[in-house]
Amino acid sequence: MAATRTDSRSLELIGFALIALLIMVVLPLMLDIFRLNLVGKYLTYAFVAVGLVLCWGHTGILSLGQGVFFGLGGYCMAAFLKLEASSVENTRIQSTPGIPDFMDWNQLTELPFFWVPFKSLPFALIAVVAVPAIAAFILGAAMFKRRVGGVYFAIITQALASVLTILIIGRQGYTGGINGITDLRTLLGWDIRTDNAKYILYFVCCFLLLGIMLLARFVLASKLGRILVATRDQEDRVRFSGYDVANFKIFVFCLASAMAAIGGAMFALQVGFMSPSFVGIVPSIEMVIFCAVGGRHSLVGAVVGTLVVNWGKTLFSESFPELWLFAMGGLFIAVVLAFPRGLAGLVTDQLIPRLPHWRGWTHRQPSPAPAE
Amino acid sequence: MASDTDFLLALENVSVSFDGFKAVNGLNLYIDTGELRVIIGPNGAGKTTVLDLICGRTRVSEGSIKFKNQEITGRKEQEIVRLGIGRKFQTPTIYEDLTVFENLELSLPRGRSVVGALFWKRADEVIQRVHEIAATVFLADHVDRLAATLSHGQKQWLEIGMLLIQDPELLMLDEPVAGMSVSERAKTAELLNQIIKNRSVVVIEHDMKFVESIAHRVTVLHQGKVLAEGNMQRVQSDPKVKEVYLGH
Amino acid sequence: MFGEYSLGELGSILVMQGFAGLILFSVFLLMALGLAIIFGQMGVINMAHGEFMILGAYMTYLCSHLFEAYLPSLYGGYFFAAMIIAFLAAGALGLLVEWALVRRLYARPLDTLLATWGLSLIMQQAFRSTFGAREVGVELPQWMMGSLNVTGSIEVQINGLFVMGLTLLITAAVAVLLFKSKWGLQVRAVVANRTMSGAVGIDTRRIDRLTFGLGCGIAGVAGSAFTMIGSTGPTAGQLYIVDTFLVVVFGGAQSLLGTVASALSISQSQSALEFFLTGSMAKVLTLLMVIGLLMLRPQGLFVLKVRR
Repeated sequence: MAATRTDSRSLELIGFALIALLIMVVLPLMLDIFRLNLVGKYLTYAFVAVGLVLCWGHTGILSLGQGVFFGLGGYCMAAFLKLEASSVENTRIQSTPGIPDFMDWNQLTELPFFWVPFKSLPFALIAVVAVPAIAAFILGAAMFKRRVGGVYFAIITQALASVLTILIIGRQGYTGGINGITDLRTLLGWDIRTDNAKYILYFVCCFLLLGIMLLARFVLASKLGRILVATRDQEDRVRFSGYDVANFKIFVFCLASAMAAIGGAMFALQVGFMSPSFVGIVPSIEMVIFCAVGGRHSLVGAVVGTLVVNWGKTLFSESFPELWLFAMGGLFIAVVLAFPRGLAGLVTDQLIPRLPHWRGWTHRQPSPAPAE
Repeated sequence: MASDTDFLLALENVSVSFDGFKAVNGLNLYIDTGELRVIIGPNGAGKTTVLDLICGRTRVSEGSIKFKNQEITGRKEQEIVRLGIGRKFQTPTIYEDLTVFENLELSLPRGRSVVGALFWKRADEVIQRVHEIAATVFLADHVDRLAATLSHGQKQWLEIGMLLIQDPELLMLDEPVAGMSVSERAKTAELLNQIIKNRSVVVIEHDMKFVESIAHRVTVLHQGKVLAEGNMQRVQSDPKVKEVYLGH
Repeated sequence: MFGEYSLGELGSILVMQGFAGLILFSVFLLMALGLAIIFGQMGVINMAHGEFMILGAYMTYLCSHLFEAYLPSLYGGYFFAAMIIAFLAAGALGLLVEWALVRRLYARPLDTLLATWGLSLIMQQAFRSTFGAREVGVELPQWMMGSLNVTGSIEVQINGLFVMGLTLLITAAVAVLLFKSKWGLQVRAVVANRTMSGAVGIDTRRIDRLTFGLGCGIAGVAGSAFTMIGSTGPTAGQLYIVDTFLVVVFGGAQSLLGTVASALSISQSQSALEFFLTGSMAKVLTLLMVIGLLMLRPQGLFVLKVRR
């Protein structure tokens, strides 16, 4: 069909290959393991950003609470790792050996029932995806069936991020409180703190990220992807074409949340802890800006945006920490006002048209910024 | 509960109020199979609200709406659509970020579930059907264009095409020629006369010339009630109608 | 669990808890008012609302120091001058922000959330650079200190009473503005039908700007009132912001009464729950209840039923 679509797809394929080359070859060759581990951490946020491309960029559902799902995934993973690190030998000095240290500090004398299944790795791995997906399903079903959307949905998801943070901090005997779940050591006996393990985990993270990007690509290229765009632009019309709009929104929200959760689990593995500071309002909205900077419609853009903003953050906070908030605030405003299509938009609208023999790729008019 | 009916669509004693204001008040309206009905009436007569009620966009406060003798009040929009009622909005409501082809493809009544849409295959018959409908609504040469780049009249036609591909038994059009040029109007009238062969159509229209060119039966609404009904001449000569509508 | 209290003591606790709830109500309402008129008029949530409030609080702090240094004889009344300055400063900044930022994003309310969030980050850092990272407090004038003994076991703080009174006054003023002034008439017209209002000659852009400025100005006054019951820091604006958003959204976009009712119900249930649970669990439960209710009534507590 439309020749223009085919071209924009091949452009995307090139972007995809370039990003794979960058994270799988260039960065590992250029950076020492400390820096590479840092990049690995950033890439876990990119899982969230890719999910946001689906549910915000293409469907118009802005969730300001993706940290909730990132956190749920991370906590599920961390729970397993923590239990493994809290063997009776490792915790001999506690008054109740064999339970995580923070529980002992909070006078718990046995493992809470909902912690028990996390002794099993298969259970934990399933929970990493299932718990956030079920949470997203319940929330999404309640909201979208009642046709809650737009600003209302954004504010409610933000409130949920705040609720989960308060809950984690307030119930420290069960959750590790504000410090989170720390001192994660081994995965089935394999020490995840060594340089070697960090390399391996980095590449696992890259493969998973590329995998979910391909999955997202598949979804967007299907008829379902076009229904999502249609829903964003003319929700009523979609309904009057006989589709149950709520189901599609629930689907994409669950998918985005599961993606965020996988990122959270990879975070716990690579960084060695999980804490409420990656769950709340601020991290959640920052992840939205990663996506916006890269381009809310572009999967590759979301990953690039995440890397660029975090690289900038590291650079700034090393040299001028007091300027970081100004820069971040300015970034929010600039990207929304001046570049609503983000870096990806700059490439397709500005750069490509200037490359003479690629003219053919500009047939497809850039759509104006979406009106939500 | 209303009685059984042979009509394709039967509204009986239908009322709806917005914060005390009765936009539709005890309305009775019957549409036959194969009928082309035009609804006219002054601004605020409740014309668009009647369409909203039929297609489930607005909830009925009282009364019954039956389609093929099935009660449809309280059903969701998409369920009513799947029963065979299609609706065109007043302003062209199409997917601007998709191509004409994709607009029509999405409207094809197949693969409407999440899974069905995810694993949708663009079979030859689908492509053929889309091109067929595109030709019917004068867009054969524009299938690969982004809908946003179409002219206003073309957008209206695209929306009609999106309804045709749904193949509804009852088609409801809200001001289909609004904002169209004279030649576009003529083409649209021709299109409507062609469409009607296989289905019933309800049209809301302001443009009297256009109404005369297509109308079989006309219903005049006023203050949420039926004021008069019949063929064009009878309605036009009705003194009550002259007073509220045609007279000024 | 109440065995250790006598009936009279229980009664006093109930009254005091109710009073604490009323103070929280005042805080919520003061914060929500400005936000609510903006949301009602333009469908925009100003994420930097908390920072506008903190701006008012810092203005009050500055004012108290100026009076102390230059007009010690009038120190008892500095607060009234401070309120006016806070209103003007926050309102002026609001007008500027509307002109520079918000008006460009009317078609994209979700993007406004992000842009105003960026603004809030910038304002936080600006406060930190100007006033330091530590929290500051103002000295209360003599007449506002102490508490009233209603009965032997019930006492209420005067500053708390003052804030409540102020809240009533400001709410009444907004109501009068909304229902008696020309601006109010135009705002209600725009809320009811923006296109039609434009057609009958209402300058909707100007009304938007005035509303935004007024909403921010009210936030400034709220911040000023805040200094009477708590200290001020660069990030203090974030403290109640989620509750405030929920108050506004729960109250319904187009109803002053809804905002009041929703502020009252949220604050009262929170302070009542605080008696039985820890503070954080009370907050979690209240927020979850509000979210649950919002799913039942997505358009908020009070909303007009109109044809879409």
